[in-house]
Amino acid sequence: MSTQHAKAAERFIRNKAQEEWHNETLRLVREKRDRQALLLPCWEQLRQLASQIKMHTITHLDKYIEQFANQAEANGAIVHWAKDAREHNDIIYAILGEHQVKKLVKSKSMLTEECHLNPYLISRGIEVVESDLGERILQLMDKPPSHIVMPAIHIKRQEVGKLFEEKLHTEKGNSDPGYLTHAARLHLRNEFLTAGAALTGANFGVAATGDVVVCTNEGNADMGTSFAKLHIVSMGIEKVTPHYQALSVFVRLLARSATGQPATTYTSHYRKPRKGCQMHIVLVDNGRSDILGDADHIQTLKCIRCAACMNTCPVYRRSGGYAYTYFIPGPIGINLGMLKSPGEYYDNVSACSLCYSCNNVCPAKIDLADQIYKWRQQLYSLGKADRTKKLLSGGLRYIFTRPALYGAALRLAPIINKTPRFLIYNNLNAWGKGRELPAFAKESFTRMQEKGKIT
Amino acid sequence: MPYTHSGLFIPCYINALYPEVGVATWHLLKDLGVKPVCPAGQTCCGQPMANAGFERGAIPLLEEFKKRFDSFEYVITPSASCAVFLREHLGRTGHRVYELCEFLLDVLKITGVPGRFCHKVSIHNSCHGVRKLHLSSASELVEPPYSKLRKILSLVEGIEICEPANTDECCGFGGMFSIEEPSVSVCMGQDKLKNHLDTGAQYITGADSSCLMHLQGIAQREEAPIRFIHIAQILAAGL
Ligand code: SF4
Repeated sequence: MSTQHAKAAERFIRNKAQEEWHNETLRLVREKRDRQALLLPCWEQLRQLASQIKMHTITHLDKYIEQFANQAEANGAIVHWAKDAREHNDIIYAILGEHQVKKLVKSKSMLTEECHLNPYLISRGIEVVESDLGERILQLMDKPPSHIVMPAIHIKRQEVGKLFEEKLHTEKGNSDPGYLTHAARLHLRNEFLTAGAALTGANFGVAATGDVVVCTNEGNADMGTSFAKLHIVSMGIEKVTPHYQALSVFVRLLARSATGQPATTYTSHYRKPRKGCQMHIVLVDNGRSDILGDADHIQTLKCIRCAACMNTCPVYRRSGGYAYTYFIPGPIGINLGMLKSPGEYYDNVSACSLCYSCNNVCPAKIDLADQIYKWRQQLYSLGKADRTKKLLSGGLRYIFTRPALYGAALRLAPIINKTPRFLIYNNLNAWGKGRELPAFAKESFTRMQEKGKIT
Repeated sequence: MPYTHSGLFIPCYINALYPEVGVATWHLLKDLGVKPVCPAGQTCCGQPMANAGFERGAIPLLEEFKKRFDSFEYVITPSASCAVFLREHLGRTGHRVYELCEFLLDVLKITGVPGRFCHKVSIHNSCHGVRKLHLSSASELVEPPYSKLRKILSLVEGIEICEPANTDECCGFGGMFSIEEPSVSVCMGQDKLKNHLDTGAQYITGADSSCLMHLQGIAQREEAPIRFIHIAQILAAGL
């Protein structure tokens, strides 16, 4: 009765050292976040505000996105509208074609990941260079991100050392982080200098001013956009925020929630193209406006992609990003995957013990766990409910709705205690993996009561 | 006083596996002046089915529950997660459902308990207890620290109380989760158990027998030197 996630998680956990390291590393990030949050006595008010602002904005999205687009165009940017991933990719390819760009340098963008932009461009002869260090490592390894803020969190520095030896000709056996970062910088510097265009994502778009705000720690977004004459912004329509006052709430929450820093090293505001340069903003829907009409899941649009819900999730920490079949893992990924295509991504719904920690860390107060609970209810009508689970639940209900039968079951249950071990602890019994079954009491509470023993 | 006549709900797994928890709750309430009534024919609140994704299957059970408990001003249950489920799904009747510790502290406002327990215990905070019932402050939230379990245990004579590292991290039980994701569930439980063992406590105690059952299963498999006891049994120790 295992889901894809359960199977992949089992493989991940088999490498105990890796699992422990992954779990502890991300747990530490969560603790750094806690310490930062504690320093702001107004933290819970900020979360409340963030939630309200986001809810207000997405329920007035038509107004704000139009205001944003108008402002951006008034500033001199060129705005494009993409209804889905394909249009997004086509638009970007066309812009690159117009400018005869052969090499595109990118800073981190989950939206381009969502749209599969890289393979699309590469198959059309464009050289695509990721400039975020983690993303670059993964690109050289030909692997997808396993976390949305720290994409290469699952890779150890020794592996990076080996990779760089081969690809960037670094010293043999040297996996000193300082040395490797320096090597990557040298290598990327050349890419920045020779790229014809720079693509960035957008953490926020400010409707009142038309600004695009990008938060990074490496300054790679600025390196890219400072050299190339062409800047392309790939931005989901839900990223718009009314004005600077609203933005200030999110900026205070984002880095603290994400990595436990008071702010990202760089918070870059792009308002207009440099002289003689162009700035294009591609506004992408790709299913977002459908979510607007879904009362149960509209809150997912409040997400600012901080990954705090991943870092706190006890299941994510112990199963790794690749255990999830959707490209965004963890609590938010479970929900976004289901919104994208329930038939394809239902395997992730099992990856939740309903501990509700994600609800509590989320800076936008998204009801992540409640939504997962709701998906579970829907799996049944989707025909994706697990059969064993269904039988078990159905059987339990059958007994529980019949007090007499329940009483009989209670009386008979202790017999299980005498069942030979090999019958209980076999491969069919998921409970028996690493756990002993509880023993049934000789006499149930009901039985004792019937016998008048409880007075 | 209305609470002298209160309904006692014994969850299904306590009924079958840990009846002593029910018995302790019964005696404790009586000792504190509450005359509990345990209506015949009660079975399960429906939570296991609903969390697995079969909420509709839980509806008849909730109806039954309502029938049996509707006449009581207070319904008390020694299980945080059942209390949460009932409160969220039973409307008006749900608001009258209390987890045992909550009832003792918030309704009865007790300042002493009969029990005497001369052991070191490690508190097991269940997720639903912390994040739904607010039995203690949650580590994710910026709020003043508090713990109802600790507060009530500190009324017990002779007891030494401690808490594990990462005190409100999930133990991995999660109902059907424990068998649908057995590897992660066991892994989480092993980590939780280790943190409890590191406190040097002789007992692990909590307000949810379901988490304790999961941890006990792991402890037994690993032959870990620690025992498990529901908080009601400590509060009623010696009665
Ligand atoms: S759901 Fe909340 S916690 Fe998770 S990534 Fe989005 S904003 Fe962050």
